[in-house]
Amino acid sequence: MATAPGGQLSLAAGHVLAASSYGPSPLWYTARATGVVALILLTITVALGIAGTARLSSELLPGIVRSGLHRNVSLLAVAFIVVHVLSSVLDPYAGIKLTSAIVPFSSAYRPFWLSLGAIAFDMLFALVLTSLLRTRIPYRAWSAVHWLGYACWPIALWHGLGTGTDSRLSWVLVLDGACALVVAGAVGVRLNLAGSSLTRTAGLASTAAFVVATIVFVAVGPLQPGWARRAGTPASMLGSAHPASDRAPGRTGAAR
Amino acid sequence: MTMTLQVDPIACTGHGLCADLLPELIELDEWGYPILADSVPPDLVAHARRAVSACPALALRLVRRQHQLVPRHQSSARRARYEGDR
Amino acid sequence: MSHAYADDGYGSHGYSGDGYPVDPHPRDKRPDARTTPRLTLDWQRADCAATLREHSARFGPLPRHAGGRSDLLDQVEASRLTGRGGAGFPTATKMRAVAARRRSAVVVANGMESEPASEKDKALLARAPHLVLDGISLAAEAVGAAEAHICLPRTRGWLVDAVLAAIGERQQAGIDQISVAVHELPHHYVSSEETSLVHWLNGGEAKPTTTPPRPFERGVGKRPTLIDNVETLAHVALIARFGADWFREAGTREASGTMLTTVTGAVSRPGVYEVAAGTAVGDVLELAGLQAGAEAVLIGGYFGTWHDIAAVDGRPFTAGGLRPVGASPGAGVLFALPAEACGLAEAARIARYLASQGAQQCGPCLFGLPAIADDLGQLAAGRPEGDPLSRMQRRFGVITGRGACHHPDGAVRMAASAVRTFQADAHAHAQRRPCLSAYSGRQHGRQQTAMLPVPRPFAEGDWR
Repeated sequence: MATAPGGQLSLAAGHVLAASSYGPSPLWYTARATGVVALILLTITVALGIAGTARLSSELLPGIVRSGLHRNVSLLAVAFIVVHVLSSVLDPYAGIKLTSAIVPFSSAYRPFWLSLGAIAFDMLFALVLTSLLRTRIPYRAWSAVHWLGYACWPIALWHGLGTGTDSRLSWVLVLDGACALVVAGAVGVRLNLAGSSLTRTAGLASTAAFVVATIVFVAVGPLQPGWARRAGTPASMLGSAHPASDRAPGRTGAAR
Repeated sequence: MTMTLQVDPIACTGHGLCADLLPELIELDEWGYPILADSVPPDLVAHARRAVSACPALALRLVRRQHQLVPRHQSSARRARYEGDR
Repeated sequence: MSHAYADDGYGSHGYSGDGYPVDPHPRDKRPDARTTPRLTLDWQRADCAATLREHSARFGPLPRHAGGRSDLLDQVEASRLTGRGGAGFPTATKMRAVAARRRSAVVVANGMESEPASEKDKALLARAPHLVLDGISLAAEAVGAAEAHICLPRTRGWLVDAVLAAIGERQQAGIDQISVAVHELPHHYVSSEETSLVHWLNGGEAKPTTTPPRPFERGVGKRPTLIDNVETLAHVALIARFGADWFREAGTREASGTMLTTVTGAVSRPGVYEVAAGTAVGDVLELAGLQAGAEAVLIGGYFGTWHDIAAVDGRPFTAGGLRPVGASPGAGVLFALPAEACGLAEAARIARYLASQGAQQCGPCLFGLPAIADDLGQLAAGRPEGDPLSRMQRRFGVITGRGACHHPDGAVRMAASAVRTFQADAHAHAQRRPCLSAYSGRQHGRQQTAMLPVPRPFAEGDWR
C-alpha cells in the first residue's frame, strides 16, 4: 500500500473495516450511493438552471425560489460528491488516491472511467467557484465558465456508467435513464430558445446522438459480462469475493 | 448621501427577480422590465443589496448619490438634449 | 393637456406645453430669411463637388494659425457656434473639454445623417466637401489630435467617392497635417449617435453604448474624442478664416451664424436652405414656398414634434426659440403636412419606422416602441382596440428615460406631440371615424398619402 497520507488513512480504515465485518465495505457502498444521488442532484440543477433561462416560474416556484434552489441543489451536489470522493479514496479496496479525484488518468482502477469523474469534478469546481464569486468577477468570465455545465453532466453520467459497480442493476439503469430524459428534455427547451436555427439543429442533433451513443455504450459495455476487466479493473481485483467485481444479479458463487 | 438603484438597460433582459425581492422599490412594466424608485431608504438597503446580487444578468447596481435634486425621468430628458449628434 | 396662450412679441401665439414657462424674449430684430450664402456659396453653379482650386478661390486658403491651438478655440468660443447635428451643444465647450485632456485626441466628423427627412449633410458633402475637411483639419490642430476620421453611411457610395476624391486632392497639394480616414458605416437610425460611432470605430457594432465614459473622456482607442457634425466643422472652417465677429454678423443675439435646414412636404420648392440662425419658422417655410392649406408642421425630424403652423409661425427656428413650445430644431428639419394628408397616419408610419430602428438592446424600447406604433396605427386607421389613447399616454410615461440612448425618448416625444397636435382627429379616429386620406389609403392596400420618406427597413440588419 502507498505510504502517502491518503494511503495511510486507507490502511487504517481498511484494518478497522476488515476487523469489523466480512463482506462489502460500508465505504464502498457510500461511494456508490453518493454517486447516484449526486447524479440526481446534478440533473435537478441542470433542469432548474435551464428553467431560469426559459423564464419558467409559477406561484409555487417564483423566480427567486427557483434561482435559489438551483444554487443550493448544486451546492448539495458538491457536498455529496465530496463524500463520494472521500469514501472511494478511504476505501482500501480499489486503492484510489486522492489526487486521482482531481487529476485525470492517474488512477490504477478503471483509469479512463474514473478520469471522467475527475474531469467532471474539475469542471463543477470551476462552475461553483465562479458562481460563488459572481458579483466580484466580470460577468462574461462567469458566463463563459457556466457553459461548462453542459459538458459536465454527460461526462458525469458516463463516469457513473463506466466506473459504477451498479450500472447493470435495473433500478439504476432506470434512474440513469430518467435523469438522461430530464436533461435531454431541458436541453431541448433551451435549444428552442436559441436564436439561430443552425444552433438549434446542431444542438438537437448532438443531443440525440449522445442519447443513442449512451444506449449503445450501455448495451455493449456495462451490460455485457466481463465489463469490469474491459473497464480497467486491475487483474488482482477481478474474481475476488469483493462486490466491486461484476456479478450478474441473481448469480451466486464465485464471480468471474 | 442617498443610495439609488440603477439598471444597465442593455444588460437587463427582464428576468424580474429584482421585483420579486424588492417590490417596495421595483415594479415591472407590462413587458417585464424594471421601473426603479428614485432612492433607497436606509431600512431597505440590505434588501436592495440582495436584489442586486440576485440579478442573473448582474444588470442592477446600487450606487451612492450626493443629492437627488432632479427626479429620474426629468434628468433623463435633460441628458437626452445634450447627447447624441445625429 | 391645457394650453395657455400668450403673445410674446413675435406676432404670433405661443403656448406653454409641459410646464415650461414662456420666457419673455428680448425685442430682437426679426432676421431676414434671405441671408448671404456662406456654406452654400455658389452651390447653384455646378452639380458636383467644388474642387480644391474652386474652394480656395471661393473662401481663401486653409488658414494656419500663428496664435496656435488656443487661438482657434477662442474664436470658436467667441462665435458661440453650437452643434448642428441635433443636440445643439456649444462647440467650443466640447473642443476645450477634449483639448484639456492629457492624451492625444481623435477627431471624428459625423456625416451619417440617419434622419431620413434631413438632406443637408448629404448636400454639404456633395457640394463643398473641402469646407468639412478644412474643419476637420483645423479642429484636429486645435484639440491636439493625431488621428482623424469621417463616418459616412454605407448606403451612399457616391458620397464616399466624392469625399475620397476631395481627400485625394488635398493629399496631392499636401495641405493637411494629418490624413483623414474615411469609414462607411451601416446606415441605421441609431448608428449616427456619438457612442455608436465610437463603438464602431473601436471594432464593435454601430449601436449606442451606455455612457460613461463619454467620448470626450475616452472614445476611439480610449483617447479623448471630438465628434462633430459635418456642418459644424464647415462653420469652424469659415470662422477660422473670417473670425468670430464675422460669424455673428448673421443670426440673433441668442443664436449666431447661419444654419442649413431641410424643408420638405407641402412646399413648392423643397430642399436644403441656408438661413440665418434665429429666422422664424414661418419665414423658413415661406422661403420654400409653403402651400396653401398646410396647417401642421413636423419640426426637428423623426425625433421631432408636430405643431400647428399657426402656433410656431413667429418662433425663431432655434433651440431657445422653440423650447417654450416643447420643440427643438434638431438637425434643422421641417416637414409641412399637406392639407389632404392625415397627421396621425404619417406619425404612425414614423413610429413604426423608429420602432424597427432601435438597436434592440433594451427592453422598454424593443417592446415599448412597437406597442405605441401599434396604438398609433390603430388610431390612424380608425380601428381602435380598447382605448389606444389612454394606453399610449400610460406607455409614454413608462418608456422615456429607460433605454441606453435617447432613441425611445425621441420616438415617444414624436408620438405624444402627434396625439396632442392632432387631438381633434384623434378623438374622431378613436370613435371609428378616420379621415378620408387615412381611410382611402387603407382601402387600396397601401398608404396613398405617404409623404415622409421611410427607408425600407433592414432585414436582420448587420450592425458592423
